[in-house]
Amino acid sequence: MTVPTAERITAPATRLAGPRIDAWAKVTGQALYADDIRWPNLAYGVLLRSPHAHARIVSMDLEPARRMPGVLAVLAGPGSVAPYGIMPSTQDEHALAVNKVVHVGEPVAAIAAETREAAAAAARAAAVQYAVIKPVLRPGPGKGQVEPVHPEHPQGNLFKQVDLEFGEVEAAFFDSWVREDSFFYQGNNHGAMEPHAAVAYWTPDGQVEIVTSTQTPHYVQRELSRALGIPAYKIRVRASVVGGGFGGKSEAFGHEVAAVLLSRACGRPVKITLTREEVFYTHRGRHPVSMRVRTAWNPAGELQAMDFRSELDGGAYSSYGIATTYYTGALQPVTYRIPAYRFHGERWYTTKPPCGPKRGHGTTQPRALVEIHLDRVARALGLDPLELRRRNLTPPHSITVNQLEVTTSGLAECLDAVEAMSDWRARRLQPEPNRGLGVACSAYLSGAGLPIYWNPLPHSGVRMAVNRDGGVQVFCGLTDIGQGADTVLAVLTAHALGLDPARIRVHTADTGSTPVDLGSYSSRVTMMAGHAVLMAAERMAALVTEAVAARQGVALGEVRREQEGFWGADGVIAWEQAVQWAEAAHGPLTTFGGYTPPPPIGRYKGSGVGPSPTYSFSACVADVSVDPVTGQVAVHRLWVAHDLGQPLHPSLVEGQVRGGVVMGLGEALMEEQAFNPDGRHRGPHFLGYRMPTILDVPPIEVALVGEPDPRGPLGAKEVGQGPLNPVIPAVLNAISAAAGVDLSETPATPDRILRALKTQPQRRTI
Amino acid sequence: MAEALVSVTINGRRHALWGEETEVLLTVLRDRLGLTGTKNGCEVGHCGACAVWVDGLPQLACLTLLGSVADRTVTTVEGLAGWWRTLNGNDAYHPLQTAFVDNGAVQCGFCTPGMLMAGAALVRDRPGATAEAVRESLAGHLCRCTGYEQIVRAVLDVAAREEDPA
Ligand code: FES
Ligand code: FES
Repeated sequence: MTVPTAERITAPATRLAGPRIDAWAKVTGQALYADDIRWPNLAYGVLLRSPHAHARIVSMDLEPARRMPGVLAVLAGPGSVAPYGIMPSTQDEHALAVNKVVHVGEPVAAIAAETREAAAAAARAAAVQYAVIKPVLRPGPGKGQVEPVHPEHPQGNLFKQVDLEFGEVEAAFFDSWVREDSFFYQGNNHGAMEPHAAVAYWTPDGQVEIVTSTQTPHYVQRELSRALGIPAYKIRVRASVVGGGFGGKSEAFGHEVAAVLLSRACGRPVKITLTREEVFYTHRGRHPVSMRVRTAWNPAGELQAMDFRSELDGGAYSSYGIATTYYTGALQPVTYRIPAYRFHGERWYTTKPPCGPKRGHGTTQPRALVEIHLDRVARALGLDPLELRRRNLTPPHSITVNQLEVTTSGLAECLDAVEAMSDWRARRLQPEPNRGLGVACSAYLSGAGLPIYWNPLPHSGVRMAVNRDGGVQVFCGLTDIGQGADTVLAVLTAHALGLDPARIRVHTADTGSTPVDLGSYSSRVTMMAGHAVLMAAERMAALVTEAVAARQGVALGEVRREQEGFWGADGVIAWEQAVQWAEAAHGPLTTFGGYTPPPPIGRYKGSGVGPSPTYSFSACVADVSVDPVTGQVAVHRLWVAHDLGQPLHPSLVEGQVRGGVVMGLGEALMEEQAFNPDGRHRGPHFLGYRMPTILDVPPIEVALVGEPDPRGPLGAKEVGQGPLNPVIPAVLNAISAAAGVDLSETPATPDRILRALKTQPQRRTI
Repeated sequence: MAEALVSVTINGRRHALWGEETEVLLTVLRDRLGLTGTKNGCEVGHCGACAVWVDGLPQLACLTLLGSVADRTVTTVEGLAGWWRTLNGNDAYHPLQTAFVDNGAVQCGFCTPGMLMAGAALVRDRPGATAEAVRESLAGHLCRCTGYEQIVRAVLDVAAREEDPA
């Protein structure tokens, strides 16, 4: 086994540092995750879930459950007063199933009791009769299907179809060299280590307090308002300390609604904590996607056109499905210059747990196929795969064919960096048997340009207060899900005000006390909350500086900072003194900042998915060996270069890159949300669903490249999602180079590799 | 299954707990004693988030029955600093806690208590441990956030210092 040695991080100078502000709470066991919270008189809730993938509920006898010791409340569907869902145009979920169930693990009843064990025992006592219907396990019109997933849905199981076309696609295909490839990207789960949990209290005066493990308190508040039929201002949603999200906690879930309803029924606060098995049923993980790509090329190896088709297996409900569908087509032209582009996407309902956004949301699957396809094109054209990519990069400061505005791009530098770090040229000239290198590129959003529901308001807001004690309070709705958003908010404030970070206290993720931030998704937080906090800080600095100028009787431009304070006529004026002068002049010091992304330039239906203030870029090279007898893959090393503009905080950045890369490695090699023919999950636990352990992780060398982006706060772009995307195709391309065969699906497990070795003529490896 | 009075020392304090001997230690710690630093990531021994020390050795609390810790000592992440202080007669945190903070080994923090208990046992028992030994000792602990590298760095940091306390 190789051991990581001397792994490099090369990067432009970073501006901010220091440990995470929540690190000590987390290493001493003090941090309160949702399941750690114990409000006085707390009751415990559990959900009774369907054992069937597709069934009609014939009858439900909940009396035996009600009679069990310690039971406080028992509820059956629908629970919610109106169907809810994250996308306003496709709200199709209820907290508890009505009439029929459409996936294994769908909640049908909710029980509150004195203890978790008592609630679970009561759930076992309930008697539900089901009439089982043939499950719908594959996207598509469904041969032999007995009943569609949602009989009331007008298009059968077709949830959504989208078609986009830009430029002269047919003409480009007419007399060019053309290649076509297909690929199936398997679904997978976020695997956040903390299972979802929520504690809710319906207060005697009809208000709702809920603390939940969520990435999006604002959206949860909106959805609860709809599901409960009460105004949003009566609902206060706070995120607990969140034990990882990765997209899996980005909308309201049945257990959150049920916890509120159980609390109303029993008059006590109620906590519901999902088991790991329930997390796999709640899911919203990466969609399984079948894809086909066709490209047209000129003799110089320049891409003339791309025709991309994707078919998404959406699972039982909508979730973010419309956005996901568009995302499978949106970013191809951001990475590579594509003069003519056609995209067809369709998403289908099936009777499996609903899919949703996972790190890389909808762009990870097409990225895999595009990059595998490019390697095959390079092979056919006799070009080095790196060289083919270099000839086709989307230039910086350009507008793509689908009307996305690209600002800075360090993608060429990313390729240079991984080429140099991996010693690409020399190693390709001297190949070892059964060993190969693979490369891939990617691009990702730095925050979605549009919110989930249409509104013209800021995407992120900050309220800043400075007390007479010299401390700074920052209020922002952003949510730290482990990525370090609270720390970024604090260090940006300290930086902008020229203060010791110890003065800064952040208050976040609370709809009852913080201005709205839309949430931790689409890599938007540093970009948007970052701008908002810098604006608030600039205004605060102006208030204090004006007060100093007035007291000193000097012009504003003559005020000079000295350490945390100011230079005055009689020596240094402490920050506290300056703040008190400002408070005397203005009253309590409060400023605001807000950020709204630049308006998208596209004007077509679907143009709302894809725009971003700016894009990050990444490239990866993988070095792997394949054992031709066992099909086992050994990943020797990964080299990753990422352009995130100006890195703000080195250790947070490194953590995001490494975490994303390892998650990508898991998707490439082992992770699989797979189902039996009856619709049951094949292994809803961490033995059946394998994620990388420390022993699966090879040495990873990281280079940060790029230049500060004019659109980013202090020049920063995103790092939370982008570095995952190129890893999967880089590993798959390396496997293909090592084994001399092509894979047609993820993950690249030994059985799939052996099948390819058996069924395909083996190429001579390069 | 028998109810019994189980005497167990947890983080230096003696508890007399009346309960089923088959009650799971993780539930006892979290739900009965309010020691919620020990995490429940899977409940069935797959993730390592619930690791504690029983008589000083790392053990998964979700697979440990109350009866089996009778008359033994249990240390959780909340007691790690206390154990270190008693050992050294000072008021410091365990150096691995500091190293996790300084090396960026903590992201969401959910795996952290388990990682700390496993890592602290390693640096105690095998000062100067190699990267390979560190990786092997943490192999049963899943972390979804960090990619593990910064965790390994933190443990190696302390392992090197423990070997050479200069
Ligand atoms: S909770 Fe004990 S190993 Fe996962
Ligand atoms: S820090 Fe999140 S699981 Fe390890």
